[in-house]
Amino acid sequence: MLSQRWLRLMPLHLMLLPALALLLIYSYGPITGILIAFQNFMPSKGIFGSPFIGLDNFKYVWDLPDTRQVLTNTVVIAFFKIILNLAVPILLALLLNEVRIKLFKRSVQTIVYLPYFLSWVLLGGILIDILSPSQGIVNDIIKSFGFKPLFFLGDPNWFRFTIVATDLWKEVGFNTIVFLAAVTNANPSLYEAAVIDGANRWKQTLNITLPSMLPVIILLATLSLGNVLNAGFDQIFNLYSPQVYSTGDILDTFVYRIGLIDTQYGVATAVGLFKSIISCLFISVSYFLAYRLANYRIF
Amino acid sequence: MAGQTSFSRIVFNIFNYGFLALLSLMALFPFLNVLAVSLSNKSAAAAGLVKLWPVEFTFASYRFVFLRDEFFTALGISLERVLLGAALSMLVTVLAAYPLSKEEKAFPGRTLYAWIFVFTILFNGGLIPWYMTIKMTGILDSLWALVLPGAVQVFNCLLLLNFFRGLPKALEEAAFVDGANHWTILWRIFIPLSTPVLATVTLFTVVGHWNSWFDGIILMNSPNHYPLQSYLQTVVVKMNTSTFANIDPVQARLLSEISDRTVKAAQIFMATIPILLVYPFLQKYFMAGIVLGSVKE
Repeated sequence: MLSQRWLRLMPLHLMLLPALALLLIYSYGPITGILIAFQNFMPSKGIFGSPFIGLDNFKYVWDLPDTRQVLTNTVVIAFFKIILNLAVPILLALLLNEVRIKLFKRSVQTIVYLPYFLSWVLLGGILIDILSPSQGIVNDIIKSFGFKPLFFLGDPNWFRFTIVATDLWKEVGFNTIVFLAAVTNANPSLYEAAVIDGANRWKQTLNITLPSMLPVIILLATLSLGNVLNAGFDQIFNLYSPQVYSTGDILDTFVYRIGLIDTQYGVATAVGLFKSIISCLFISVSYFLAYRLANYRIF
Repeated sequence: MAGQTSFSRIVFNIFNYGFLALLSLMALFPFLNVLAVSLSNKSAAAAGLVKLWPVEFTFASYRFVFLRDEFFTALGISLERVLLGAALSMLVTVLAAYPLSKEEKAFPGRTLYAWIFVFTILFNGGLIPWYMTIKMTGILDSLWALVLPGAVQVFNCLLLLNFFRGLPKALEEAAFVDGANHWTILWRIFIPLSTPVLATVTLFTVVGHWNSWFDGIILMNSPNHYPLQSYLQTVVVKMNTSTFANIDPVQARLLSEISDRTVKAAQIFMATIPILLVYPFLQKYFMAGIVLGSVKE
């Protein structure tokens, strides 16, 4: 009996084997690799031969003049992205919900959704072209109104704005569609009752449509908490330059430069570990809140 | 919903339609401008005459890209990576999602396994250990470096397992009575019943591979081995390769019409075309996907 049960369960273990092996090597391997953060890592000696130096890498980074600025940049950019990527799609979903012409509604959705599917390499290439102060079309328009051209990607005062705005351009379609799906969840009989009670569209939106979206809003809001330190490596890496490090350099780009350009492996791993630990806390809290507030379970 | 046609409603509608149309135009505007630049003569582009319509229309920039090898070599590597990567990823992910969708009672150990998967979302080693690990497994500078490390898509796996769990238990039990084993049940019952969600996940995996660029730059030693997006990153964004290096006489004849800028614009647009072709389907399946699996209430 026991062996028969074993035979029956064997395939289940076998099915998991390839994924487990890959995770063990390529996800848990790097997790073991965080030992490098506590070492004066030398590639020639490897992870088992390099000397351990305790928390020296962390102390070193903390004393660097740039570190606190990088941390501030990361949190500020991520914060504005989180807020706008929730607020604007909610507004858009509500406005699209008022559109009665199906073709128009679908066209707007499809157009707004397009940048979401393109890489930051392509979008970066497009933005570098259109935002160029000398030949970009955006500055041509600004100049035609008699203003001076703006260095959207080269001026530290404009860089964060450009990053948050262009991120919105890429991401807005995704959440809009999720919220729009939530809008259609509202019970039609509620609207009929509201019309009989004399509620106008504005009242209906406020008292029926928005509350029916609330579970999804809460869910996406709590889940986005996990992104407080994700300011968007792909985007910033493709758009920044040394002139805007003061407002645009973030943890991930900082790690990249320390680690892969300056080859200070130990220091870069220490910064990465710091980010991983904080992110892990935030993601755990966000899942817990999503579970408590929106009844969301990961598995 | 009753169609109110009060005055305020009409005013609202005019503004609403106008605003949404303007917004769509703004979202589309950068693409149209770059497309117009790619189809314009270099002097018109440099003089800032090109808005949404090509000026002194020419295909020269595209002809130039077609005459050179770089773009198509990179495109070939991208296609290889998309095919191999998506196939491998789907195989591994579906195979893992099935056992994980079982109840702990039916498959002792399932919860432990599930946590091993989920932990990798919560915590990772960071860039340097990731690179070191891939280097240690000896796959740097090969196609495997682009497909193996990310093959297990834990989020997709969770989406699939949640979908599998919603399938009627009776089907599985009946199949067991008929003498089927888990392999047959997965292949004959679960997979056919999950085509919409599998299509969604496959399309997202394909687009993910198509759009990846950073791993190519870090894990490939020479630019000749870069997939398309990595190649474009060096050309369009970092600008550390000259567009007109090693030019031959046939290509040189196009120089009167093209500039660095128009050629870049042409390459950007060419890399966008595949996405333009598949993303309307993605949108449709994506809707099915969110209704089916990810957002549970």
